[in-house]
Amino acid sequence: MAKLKLALYWAASCGGCDVAVLDINEHILKVAELADIVIWPVALDFKYHHVRALPDNSVDVCLFNGAIRNSEQEELAKLLRAKSKVMVAFGSCACFGGIPALGNLTNRAEIFERVYVEAPSSDNPARTFPQTAIQVDGNELELPELFDTVLTLAQVVDVDYFIPGCPPPVDLILKVVDALATGQLPPLGAVIASDKTLCDECERKKEEKKITKIWRPHEIIPDPERCLLEQGIICCGPATRGGCGARCIAANFPCRGCFGPPAGVHDQGAKLVSSIASIYQAESGEELARMLDEIVDPVGTFYRFGLADSLLRRKRVPSAAVGPRVEAAQ
Amino acid sequence: MATDRFEPTILCFACNWCSYAGADLAGTSRIQYQPNVRVIRVMCSGRIDPTFVVKAFQKGVDGVLICGCHIGDCHYIEGNHKAARRIPLLKKMLAQLGIEEERVRLEWVSASEGDRFASVINEVTDQIRKLGPFSRNGGEQHG
Repeated sequence: MAKLKLALYWAASCGGCDVAVLDINEHILKVAELADIVIWPVALDFKYHHVRALPDNSVDVCLFNGAIRNSEQEELAKLLRAKSKVMVAFGSCACFGGIPALGNLTNRAEIFERVYVEAPSSDNPARTFPQTAIQVDGNELELPELFDTVLTLAQVVDVDYFIPGCPPPVDLILKVVDALATGQLPPLGAVIASDKTLCDECERKKEEKKITKIWRPHEIIPDPERCLLEQGIICCGPATRGGCGARCIAANFPCRGCFGPPAGVHDQGAKLVSSIASIYQAESGEELARMLDEIVDPVGTFYRFGLADSLLRRKRVPSAAVGPRVEAAQ
Repeated sequence: MATDRFEPTILCFACNWCSYAGADLAGTSRIQYQPNVRVIRVMCSGRIDPTFVVKAFQKGVDGVLICGCHIGDCHYIEGNHKAARRIPLLKKMLAQLGIEEERVRLEWVSASEGDRFASVINEVTDQIRKLGPFSRNGGEQHG
């Protein structure tokens, strides 16, 4: 059997997904045995022109991690889609936007203002901002353009499979490696994880869900046996897909929602608003105000990994601030 | 007669047992109110998943009104208690996403309050007309 051709790429991500690939330990040898890697910026010195030179549809699988928030990432997503038979959104950022998608609470102008002017370490009285092109000694230098809105991979190109997780757990990566090795791929569009919620799979003792105070994780040492929600800690388990092996729960830390919404849930954040408000025992106006006070940052808590993939996708842009734009996403 | 006045599109979820009956009473009593509201009957205000409200904004409505039984009158005992907690939390979250809190409103309307239903609709319509059209301006676009 001819060796598979494998591409691994990172866009707006932290690099943790690439490390997760190495976390499969000795199985990486199996990957090396099965596949020739055509690009993997974190580990190998292939250039973009090497990828451009490949015929279309010649790469068997592309594992793409990271969200899309600049023109270089968009270009590479489109390039790798054209070259690959199977495109996999690898990790929460590629699947749902991930942590970078919290940038959708702001926009390019605000980000530039903060980073290049307001930050205490910035000394920039001339208000110089990054340009997409500049002339230096008669040569033009280029930089990618930062977008106003962070996008998921599927908002830019067609995606065949989704492996969620921040980062994806080793057993799910192995499941995909095995599927590739045996040629038994799941149906297109499948999310390689559980179809149930994390709560469904969580083994903690669950009694009655009624709380009167919300603790932030640093304010309390939770009982390691009992349901974290019942102890007043916001856990995203009720509206998060399972299949992660409940790693955070095992470490006595609440679920933060990195596996995204389970099948049938359209908006993870709105569902979490529903479930958390349902169990908080507040009747009087005063108690209600306390609940709102204790949930300090609803968007950051309920859409921590999923803002780009949510129904509203981003903070509303006032109509006056909408300038000319580059090109509509698919 | 054509006017340039902004006519908002407002979605109203009304519970089957109180508010929808209140809306019926407003109709049979021939109380006039502004025609901007589209009423959807649901079994209980506790049935209003915050996703419905978010989805309504995604689809481009200018405001959402949720009507349920007065506290203590819920046909399902505590459905409206849940709505009373969910909607304020949802409003706090929507505010972070740039959606004015005034665009979402929770009101209690009983089956005998036809006149109140009409006045709530008028108030909400005027308020949202003042806020202007809701437009997401972005999200599908990245530039």
